[in-house]
Amino acid sequence: MIIDHFPVLVVVLPLVGAFVTLLAGWADRRLCFPIAMATTFIQFCISLQILSRVMQTGPLHYNLGNWLPPWGIEYVIDQLNGFVLVVILFLCVLTCLYSYRSIHSEIDEKKIPAFYTVFLLLVTGVCGIAVTGDLFNLYVFLEISSLAAYALVALGREKRSLVSSFTYLVMGSVSACFILLGIGHLYIATGTLNMADLARLLPPLYGSTVIQSAFIFFIIGLSIKTALFPLHLWLPDAYRYSPSAVTVLLASVVSKIGVYALIRILFSVFTPAFIIIEIPVMEVFCWLAAVAIIGGSVLAIAQTDLKRMLAYSSVSQMGYILLGIGIADNLAVTGGILQILNHAVMKGCLFMIAGAFIYTSGIRSIDDLRGIARTMPLTAAAFVIAAASMIGIPPTAGFMSKWFIALGALESGQWIFVLVILASSLLTAIYFWKVIEYMYFRDPGTRCAEVVSTARDPPAGMLVPILILAAACVLFGIFVSIPLEVIEPFVTGILGGI
Amino acid sequence: MIETLLPGLFLRYNYYMAVIIMLIGLYAMIAKGNLIKKIIGLNIFQTAIFLFYISSSDIIGGTAPILTSDPASVYVNPLPHVLILTAIVVAVSTTAVGLALVIRIYEAYGTIEEDELIAMEAKE
Repeated sequence: MIIDHFPVLVVVLPLVGAFVTLLAGWADRRLCFPIAMATTFIQFCISLQILSRVMQTGPLHYNLGNWLPPWGIEYVIDQLNGFVLVVILFLCVLTCLYSYRSIHSEIDEKKIPAFYTVFLLLVTGVCGIAVTGDLFNLYVFLEISSLAAYALVALGREKRSLVSSFTYLVMGSVSACFILLGIGHLYIATGTLNMADLARLLPPLYGSTVIQSAFIFFIIGLSIKTALFPLHLWLPDAYRYSPSAVTVLLASVVSKIGVYALIRILFSVFTPAFIIIEIPVMEVFCWLAAVAIIGGSVLAIAQTDLKRMLAYSSVSQMGYILLGIGIADNLAVTGGILQILNHAVMKGCLFMIAGAFIYTSGIRSIDDLRGIARTMPLTAAAFVIAAASMIGIPPTAGFMSKWFIALGALESGQWIFVLVILASSLLTAIYFWKVIEYMYFRDPGTRCAEVVSTARDPPAGMLVPILILAAACVLFGIFVSIPLEVIEPFVTGILGGI
Repeated sequence: MIETLLPGLFLRYNYYMAVIIMLIGLYAMIAKGNLIKKIIGLNIFQTAIFLFYISSSDIIGGTAPILTSDPASVYVNPLPHVLILTAIVVAVSTTAVGLALVIRIYEAYGTIEEDELIAMEAKE
């Protein structure tokens, strides 16, 4: 039955699609977009089917080539995987749709096939990370997605995109090397690479320095990948200089998959018994996340470029996910995982809007957005909704994840992190209000009058994904029970033993 | 401290070598201003990890893992070798992407020295 092969098809499909796109691109460049769009859309349908099966019958196991684990590579999909897979593919479909109009204006015509090929390779990598149950396989997919991401960043039209891509490559490769070292340590100590098998074999070895150093290598490697605050230096430039569609992918897909890998390694390879009781690492995590939340917000306030401001705001928002995980309380972890969905939706929407401003009027600076709401009303309205969600105004989605993290912090008596969340909400309000004020209440003046008066809402291909994501910001706030139904069984499953 | 480290230094000198080579690579990546040299540093860094894996699986007197009738035959664990073959492929592609970027940077800026690039960016 083909349905049994869905876990592997979700990875194979974009890989085949990438090569088909490349070949079709030689014949006719216009074929590339429909192929990429169809591939991602079929994948999205498959991921929905997988998630519904996981919800009905529990985790899915798929043995590649029928080799039994732990000898063969195993794909395992539980509630967390299924959830992350659906989120990232939802964003991939919308980004692909969005890229049709935006990428044509940002890169040379002859590079279009290359863009869609690398785009599909990136999708292969992130889906592979999401479904695999084997550590070394995770490393390989991590490198596939990272290499694709470096190439996509370098596609930007400004020449600084090359330098930012190079920095990203060096930082990304070092982080992947640390992860490889961590995997090596675990393999030498246990002789297995299967995650479930490792979780079974590791507990007697928790006191060993080999295991502890492996753990530290994983944490450092994945912190660079997810741009945790002191290691975020590659992020603002990579986000700022890449084409708009690529920024959306980086902010809402690539960063989310890094966090997913972190959660998987913290909770499924090393168990909560290790990270909470054996080494008090979660305390450190909470404080780093708190620094990231405040530091990212403060740096965002200082920015004058819209995309760069959103990039620093990403650093801050990713801190929420890590804070939720770090508090390691049922409610807080639920909030953290919920934030994966919410931040993907909100930041995807905001970066798409930043791209729309560049597309229609070439405006990059916040200062030039004066009065643009008069000529781009729908885009500006979507920005307000997504910004409200970022600040955390009920009933938007952003409020729900902050609410759960704050409740978790209160329940475990760490009230100081509630203050951090409150302070950061205020800071977030400051930098988003500045943009909203310029868009709605400032007079264009003589300098911007011409640009602003000729600006129009972007074409439907770009406007539809923006409006879908803006609607999702509100819908996932009101119907928060839908994602919670998926997340809660996973969280009780991993933290039940504590 | 030194008493506990010294026996390990002679018994497991392969791991110490891997760490030393790794740090040389890391130093090159941080201290060298030339982008090509940074990539060479990255390669040294990666190679050290490959050595770490390969030497971890070696046994003195071990042979290739071929099924024989002799149950006492000592063989080397082949899995790290296979893993490292994959990791080498990854490293080669990373180097290729990195070098391609350096060529594009040279075309765009006319230099691949990091300090000159920073100075040019600051001027703009």
